[in-house]
Amino acid sequence: MTESVRLNRGSSDVAVIGGGLVGLCIALGIQKQGQQVTVYDEGDVALRASRGNFGLVWVQGKGDNLPEYARITRLSAQLWAGLADDLTQHTGIDIQLQQRGGLFVCLSESELQKRQVILEQMAIEHPEGYPYEVLDLQQLREMIPDIGPEVAGATWGPEDGHVNPLYLMRALVARFESLGGKLVNAGRVSNIIPQQGQFVLQTEQGDFSCNKVVLAAGLGNKELGPMVGIDAPVFPNRGQVLIAERVRPFLHYPTGHVRQTEEGTVQCGDSKEDVGFDTGTTTEVLAQIAQRATTMFPLLKEVNLIRSWGALRIMTPDGNPIYQQSKQYPGAYLVTCHSGVTLAAAHAGPIADWISTGSADSAIDLEKFHGSRFQL
Amino acid sequence: MTGLQQYDLVILGAGPAGMASAKEASEAGLNTLILDEQPRAGGQIYRNIGRPILQNRSILGEDYYVGESLLAGLAQASLTHISNATVWEVTGDNTLCFSAEGMSRQVGFKKLLLATGAQERPVPFPGWTLPGVMTCGAAQILLKSSGLTPVEPLVIAGSGPLLLLIACQLIRAGVRVEGIVETTPTANYGRALKEIGGAIKGWRHLLKGMRMLNEIRRSGVKFYKCATELRAEPGSDGNLASVSFRKGSTLHQLECQTLLVHQGVIPNTQLGRAIGLEHQWDEVQQCWKPTLLENGCSSHPDIFIAGDSAGIGGAIVAEIQGRTVTNEIVQQLGLKGKKDSEIDSLRKELADQLAIRPFLDYLYRPLDMFLRPQGETIVCRCEEVSATEIRGLVKQGCVGPNQTKAFCRSGMGPCQGRQCGSTVTALLADELGSNPSDVGYYNIRFPIKPVTLGELASLSQPAQDGTVK
Amino acid sequence: MAADFSFNRLPCNERAEVEITIEGHKVIALEGETVAAAVMHSGLRPTRTTAVSGTGRAPYCMMGVCFECLMNIDGKPNTQACMTEVSEGMVITVQQGAREIGGDRL
Repeated sequence: MTESVRLNRGSSDVAVIGGGLVGLCIALGIQKQGQQVTVYDEGDVALRASRGNFGLVWVQGKGDNLPEYARITRLSAQLWAGLADDLTQHTGIDIQLQQRGGLFVCLSESELQKRQVILEQMAIEHPEGYPYEVLDLQQLREMIPDIGPEVAGATWGPEDGHVNPLYLMRALVARFESLGGKLVNAGRVSNIIPQQGQFVLQTEQGDFSCNKVVLAAGLGNKELGPMVGIDAPVFPNRGQVLIAERVRPFLHYPTGHVRQTEEGTVQCGDSKEDVGFDTGTTTEVLAQIAQRATTMFPLLKEVNLIRSWGALRIMTPDGNPIYQQSKQYPGAYLVTCHSGVTLAAAHAGPIADWISTGSADSAIDLEKFHGSRFQL
Repeated sequence: MTGLQQYDLVILGAGPAGMASAKEASEAGLNTLILDEQPRAGGQIYRNIGRPILQNRSILGEDYYVGESLLAGLAQASLTHISNATVWEVTGDNTLCFSAEGMSRQVGFKKLLLATGAQERPVPFPGWTLPGVMTCGAAQILLKSSGLTPVEPLVIAGSGPLLLLIACQLIRAGVRVEGIVETTPTANYGRALKEIGGAIKGWRHLLKGMRMLNEIRRSGVKFYKCATELRAEPGSDGNLASVSFRKGSTLHQLECQTLLVHQGVIPNTQLGRAIGLEHQWDEVQQCWKPTLLENGCSSHPDIFIAGDSAGIGGAIVAEIQGRTVTNEIVQQLGLKGKKDSEIDSLRKELADQLAIRPFLDYLYRPLDMFLRPQGETIVCRCEEVSATEIRGLVKQGCVGPNQTKAFCRSGMGPCQGRQCGSTVTALLADELGSNPSDVGYYNIRFPIKPVTLGELASLSQPAQDGTVK
Repeated sequence: MAADFSFNRLPCNERAEVEITIEGHKVIALEGETVAAAVMHSGLRPTRTTAVSGTGRAPYCMMGVCFECLMNIDGKPNTQACMTEVSEGMVITVQQGAREIGGDRL
């Protein structure tokens, strides 16, 4: 027996590394199947894309370079109501899901045209139907009277929506634990040792063993993946978000750049910068976000900004998720994506099923998300 | 960033530390900018000192008017002074953003001095959010800047030198005080006595304290010592109607329309936190303070801190630190500073002034109910989150204040955690059986003061007058 | 201003008087003082209701830290009254819950 096994602090059927939205959804889905799941989380200092994100359940335009990504996104959006009901019913936490459609507002004609081309192309790739509409300023104003006069128009996606990502996190933890799932604040997982068909996780809190391991550690997957024979070419991409004070409701649909939460606060965001692991903010980018937001909704000019933050998206070279089981060490899975909110219902459903049963749902071709696509 | 207005030194805050620094910097020939949130220099301690409002100078006492000489020094200094200016962002490339007259501007600096002072320690107890409950510091500000005294009946409750001072000042002003409810725990007296050596060195401060206690005694105002279980109760209109507390086995209730509370002051660390400077937990003072070198330099080589924002020491200490730290900055910028002998004597004076601190810190360490509240006591005033709710989150897997924030919105309101940050950390430490140092603090985000989206947006456009870029 | 919670003014040095309106009442304030001080002198309480539960609040710290003194000042909602100086003709009202935006439509 090696020392690591002697120090073993506990074991479970399935270990999920990463207690963010992705990890928790998968853990919940597997726990529901009756297997004992333990989630190992880094704790309060984790980079935590789940806390910094924008809260969109977003379909339109996603997967323009990979039709299978569009399909899993739409599937997740359809499954979302069921997940929300389940969480609210069992935890009493209202996660504020609304799926009444969403708008991608464009400030210029050329931006609107580009957007239209993408969506038209996607409609061709999806013979099952790909609903969207292109709205000019007049049509947009009928939906949102406060839209600014300099706006060119918007694209409308009826399947889009939003949710409170913080309450979602809280509800997932509560639901997972109520089913007997274990959440361990283990600090960093420093090593994963495949051992006789099992896996030993070495953490700051000691060693833990499991039969299956799911790597859902976001940017941490880059280091963890190779320990189980999976290459995860993920890199950080910073998004900066502004949050303004509570105001009376004025925006009843989420947009790609601005959304009003149920509490009344206004979030403005969407910047894409390659800045390594810096979660800070820069005046210049924040000013640009504010500029865009106040052009879209001039009434926001008078509203006070309360907070801003940078959060790191988890990107892959083509921007699409990786879902992959290790060939070398079966039982080790890697999951990574930058849309933990949108894909939450897919992760808690078909992806969790795939991991717990070992066979994938026929509705999605998971092979398309294999990391080997980056080695071609 | 070439077009930015550049300064050798930018001083934030025109209280005793900032004013003293300004004078030194100007004498050394630094190109200096001082930014202050208030319309007139003085900070909170010397607030409105340039235009004293009270006809009767004996009400505030001579310690207040000491500020006049500092102000005179600032007035003679050759520098740029912008008042009503709120700094809302400092970035790593030695630039900062401030808002004044509804417009934001960016400036560059070689060195930055944070002289942002203190804030009163948040005092969560049942009913502290009721209209009519305010801090002792607030009452003093009203007295200094508007000559206003609180509506009667008035009760003053809490612990610390400022509590005694405002009580004396209001009594001198002829205000009827229904009672002074002192919450200093009995055990503190014994612990503080161990520090009596320092207290004797700082005998002037001790004497001042005794004079204040005598003044209160002579006035005949009821003084309840070692009170516990403080609670403010509303009337039918939702405003403060009475205060209750326990003294020994007796439960007292006093009707009042104003309740002034106080549990000491803590460094204002908001800006330093947002910049990402290193901070440490001070177990004796029960507060966070920035980690500093002896010369006042923070964990960022170009950012210095002086005065109460560096650690609580009071106005005189702040003034001396303002001078010594500025001297260090002057030398780092390659200019001639003070003579060594002069610095040595300032250092000695500083040590003398600080000698009494351990005694005061142990004596006025707040009662546990204020540091680690229980039950339905509101902890986050903005988002109305109770102590029970925060404590309960630990069972849901929260191990740190940033998770708490995400779970219940504590610290997400307009005050940005200034009123709940230290309490949330203390509650988590309590529930986890840990300590504040390991639990940590909220990540503080820019802007540290609200700025409108319109004002922020204007920074993205090229401006004519050097406003940005 | 049903009940009177007026803070008393001590004998003061010479100051210009400024007329302002608080909740529809004309009030005399002193030049150089803050809106929060003028409001305390006027006896208004509470000065805002919260956006979360609608309960009443009033100025607490008077130094820009606590954000309890948010009021509508000259049509600008959620303004810190303790950080704003009075000026002639200023109109001040209680901040009721979350702020309105796009005032003419709502």
